[in-house]
Amino acid sequence: MHLEYQVFEADFVNAGAASSAIKKTLKQLNVNPQIVKRVVVALYEAEVNAIAHAYGGMIYADIEADKIIVKVVDKGPGIPDIEWAMQEGNSTASPEVRNMGFGAGMGLPNIRKNVDRLDVQSTVGVGTTVEMEVHF
Amino acid sequence: MDKTPFFHALTLDEDACIGCSHCMKACPTEALRVRNGKAVLYPDRCIDCGNCFKVCPTKAIYIQQDDFDSIFNFNCRVALVPSVFMGQFPNDVTVSRIYQILHEIGFTHVIETEATVPIYTEAKNRYAAEHPDIRPLISTFCPAIVRLIQVKFPGLVENLIPLKAPIDLTAMFIRRKIQKDESYSPDDIGIFYITPCAAKIAAVKSPVGEERSLVDGVINMDSLFNRVFKRIKEQGKGFKEVKLPVSQLSADSVLTSLTNGERRLSNAKHSYSIDEIHNVIEFLEKVENDEIEDVDFLELRACDQSCPGGILTCDNRFLMCERIFARARKVADRERRGEQAKDHEVESERNYLNNNAKVGEINPRSMLVLDEDISQALDKMKRINELRAKLPQKDCGVCGAPTCDALARDIVMNEAKLSDCIFMKQE
Repeated sequence: MHLEYQVFEADFVNAGAASSAIKKTLKQLNVNPQIVKRVVVALYEAEVNAIAHAYGGMIYADIEADKIIVKVVDKGPGIPDIEWAMQEGNSTASPEVRNMGFGAGMGLPNIRKNVDRLDVQSTVGVGTTVEMEVHF
Repeated sequence: MDKTPFFHALTLDEDACIGCSHCMKACPTEALRVRNGKAVLYPDRCIDCGNCFKVCPTKAIYIQQDDFDSIFNFNCRVALVPSVFMGQFPNDVTVSRIYQILHEIGFTHVIETEATVPIYTEAKNRYAAEHPDIRPLISTFCPAIVRLIQVKFPGLVENLIPLKAPIDLTAMFIRRKIQKDESYSPDDIGIFYITPCAAKIAAVKSPVGEERSLVDGVINMDSLFNRVFKRIKEQGKGFKEVKLPVSQLSADSVLTSLTNGERRLSNAKHSYSIDEIHNVIEFLEKVENDEIEDVDFLELRACDQSCPGGILTCDNRFLMCERIFARARKVADRERRGEQAKDHEVESERNYLNNNAKVGEINPRSMLVLDEDISQALDKMKRINELRAKLPQKDCGVCGAPTCDALARDIVMNEAKLSDCIFMKQE
């Protein structure tokens, strides 16, 4: 099954809407509650990333009998050094965003902790694609 | 997943039901449908919150209770009374007078449910200290909340604190005390809980995580209120009461069944009290997403203003809260002046109660699952989504389901047909 959601830059009010919708779907599919939790925690993190640190983007989820693959494609600004950003505490967020409680540098590491596969591709000036996979 | 059926205290009288669909619209777990002009309950979805009971215009939804005279099947008859009960009476009716009347109408012992709150609080705080990896911890004080989490938030079942609520601890305490102090055999003792809501009845009749309940029967608060109030009226204004020794609840214990009652006694650094079922659902959605960080303890109650808002209480819930507060203030004054020791009554059984406070495993019983098999479930969901696109999304309820989405689901689960939709029929 394929699901798509659009997220908008700085639309904090609706942060979590896509995660909630995907959560609702997984619960109906009898996916183990603890696995649902992992998916939702990782996805919420990625969703907020696209809203807080990027210029919005798209979330694509593909659910199969044994796994879910979620792709979060944002519209930039891109991450210059992914390996650096993957380490806890490192963040490219602006002071304004940090003041709102985001940008602590825990996002990508937290996603990695909760998924079975994580793939981050980024081009500065173009955007970042975070692809994650969780097995049921 | 737990498959044993829930006992439901809420019962439908088909003859009185006019199929108006008020209950269906009010149900927070979409457990009601209207089929062939009558309301139908899905037992595995109902959490006994009582919202349907409140809105039914013909009283077709009623609450089963034990016949009052069944107390006389026992030689020793204990009224287990939540302190909310006292909050229903005017300020000039004292707690000791209510105790006295309960004795006059047939009970041999009266104890307030909150008597064991000090031990309950201690046990919860200890559980929190022993399980630092589980956060937030969720109180199991309100049985409708336990059932809500089982059916709608299965991922949070492990956050529930698996401890007996004060009702069970106090039942355990009084049974043991009577057996020790008096010559009754276990079969002689009947403990009757005076309930402010349907959920507590369901919890007594089919306890979650327990083999059998420690309570022998349930009497609805409204019916007992009538009996007691009738007696007060008969006694008239000039009545001089003989002061009876009443159980010495602490001010903290008196307040426990109100909103914030548990939270104020919790050791947790960050905690929330949330009452009313829709508020709770909204909050738990966020907790489930991990959107709320650093929360240690949640006190969740299904009714607005907690137990005073129960569907079987007999006065406005805000008035009741104030009366309960007034009583707590009086007790607190006595405590400050040293006239009342805090919580001495249950001290003698502290160890026994502490050692027996745990309940067995609480299992998820998700109502959302379309099929045990994920491939089958995916297939059903695909069909639901196709139907959803066809349906008008007006959620008019004429089909007998609360929303178009619910109808789509019912069709796929073979419980309804597309032609039930009045808009589809027209096409």
